[in-house]
Amino acid sequence: METNVTKTNIPAISEVEKPPLLLSQLVFLRFKRHKMAVAGVFILILMICYAIGGTFFKTEAFSLVTDTSIRLNAPSSVHLFGTDAVGRDILARTIYGGQISLLIGLIAMILEVIVGVLIGAIAGYYGGILDSILMRFTEAMLNIPQIPLLLVLGKMLSDKISPISLFGRQFSGSVIVIIAVIGLTSWMGLARIVRANFLSLREQEFVTAARCTGTKNRSIIFEHILPNTMAPIIVSATLAVANAIISEAYVSFLGVGVMPPTATWGNMLNGAYNYIESAPWLWIFPGSLIVLTVLSINFIGDGLRDALDPRALTQAE
Amino acid sequence: MTDRQILVSVKRLKKYFPITRGILIQREVGSVKAVDDVSFDIYEGETLGLVGESGCGKTTCGRTLMQLYRPTGGEVWFDGVDLTKTKGQNLRQMRKKMQMIFQDPYASLNPRWTIARIVGESLRVHKIITGKKAQDDRIKQLLELVQLNPSQLNRYPHEFSGGQRQRIGVARALASNPDFIVCDEPISALDVSIQAQVVNLLEDLQDKVGLTYLFIAHDLSMVRHICDRVAVMYLGVIVESGQRDELYDHPLHPYTKALLSAVPIPDPRATRARHRIILEGDVPSPANPPKGCRFHPRCPIAGEECKVIVPEWREVASEHWVACHKV
Repeated sequence: METNVTKTNIPAISEVEKPPLLLSQLVFLRFKRHKMAVAGVFILILMICYAIGGTFFKTEAFSLVTDTSIRLNAPSSVHLFGTDAVGRDILARTIYGGQISLLIGLIAMILEVIVGVLIGAIAGYYGGILDSILMRFTEAMLNIPQIPLLLVLGKMLSDKISPISLFGRQFSGSVIVIIAVIGLTSWMGLARIVRANFLSLREQEFVTAARCTGTKNRSIIFEHILPNTMAPIIVSATLAVANAIISEAYVSFLGVGVMPPTATWGNMLNGAYNYIESAPWLWIFPGSLIVLTVLSINFIGDGLRDALDPRALTQAE
Repeated sequence: MTDRQILVSVKRLKKYFPITRGILIQREVGSVKAVDDVSFDIYEGETLGLVGESGCGKTTCGRTLMQLYRPTGGEVWFDGVDLTKTKGQNLRQMRKKMQMIFQDPYASLNPRWTIARIVGESLRVHKIITGKKAQDDRIKQLLELVQLNPSQLNRYPHEFSGGQRQRIGVARALASNPDFIVCDEPISALDVSIQAQVVNLLEDLQDKVGLTYLFIAHDLSMVRHICDRVAVMYLGVIVESGQRDELYDHPLHPYTKALLSAVPIPDPRATRARHRIILEGDVPSPANPPKGCRFHPRCPIAGEECKVIVPEWREVASEHWVACHKV
């Protein structure tokens, strides 16, 4: 029997094990199981390709050319998506408008995440009087209805900022106003989530241990606690993109968002209002692009929420 | 034993947690006196045990000592510095010299960090060792010191068992070469078989590195095994302290006697023979502690003066201190 006892292989001390499945890999595996979310990713990639790749087929100048002789033409081989009330090509406008809409969604989200995380983290970590002040401020912001604020600020500021050029494109100054207003009026939910997480995490012993080690508060906030609260932040950020696109579409539809001639999916709907029945191609194309994008982002958000659920994370596979 | 150097000196330490009421304007309506006027010295190279039942303020005492809670009053002298008056960068510098081992090995390691990063944190924070290679070498050395496989330094805490995690916690505490370590119930969350591992590791390290421990625990037999001196806490105050054997063999305070009579003896005949002191009632609220001697409502031998006069903290035998009127 003794011959059966073999020496177990003890790995040589000098070689260091490779880290096993990273958390990000685990999340990816779980995300893949969510079929709608995967479909959302594909559609979103398609939208981005559409808005960026389209520039190789249609120039921006083409999207701005007005020609009243071809106004309100139905989709044809020349104008695939038809033309609008002043004869502009709708296909070209959805391409360049898509860039702006997606850009607004992305930058407004970044702004929202920065403000929301900073306020939430500071309030939650330091607590006390700072927490009270910041949270009362957050509640005050929550009480201001976002849409009227967007309308008022959009109207007040949109012509005060001069156009800027970026990536070889001219942007109306109203784009910046809309981004800033959307970003700065939608961080409250995220701030509250982050604060709640910080409140519970700062009492954890690993945070006490870090303080004990002599780690600075800034490192504790950003290196210890923040990585442990990434899941809800990522989910919120994803959904924030969709909300920003919707908000932009909303105010642009009402005519105070991004000012023409710069196209966005939202302000294209504004022009379509008078022709809902007579020229449905005016709203069908930008409208369905908005719906597809927002829907796919929301599904991605849902998928991420499930994939990042800490209670499920321990099960590999 | 007279040439012993005092390393840590705690003088009249107080920590009250305020009880507040009100939503917008918080007003203080009272306070929980978690640690109330506690004094003790810890000598270099010794292990001082701090025992007492749940909620008596042991952990708060340890944390206040470490300045994780700012004390309400009193002084903590360490290395010639009063920690209670040290702040910011100076206090962070002092933390190199004093470390802590925590109770819950599952909560005390950041789940998103690798072992290397956790153990090496103080090396980076205090810039003790710079350079990735040199840091990794030191981390491996530390892992070896606590009998973990150094090749596992890229693993995450959830891949380790409770005992291994606790040893990671020990390695982290040792990284900055501290003189003094507060062990806050380091073994109470572990299995009995693993408790021995960790306790023996702590003892070995004390011999090798020359550490001083404040060992907070409620397991009296474990405390007897590891500690040189023992202090007994009840409701925020120390009621008795002395050399280990003196205190275990000749307990004076009725509370210490009751505690010791509850220690299980691995011999049924002896268990049957001994007299178990069962205390009446519950521990009073530390927000509203009894007047006079804090133990008097539950004390089997309390007299009239115990209800009015706070007993004096006095030395009854060599290094055997007690706070009781009846001794």
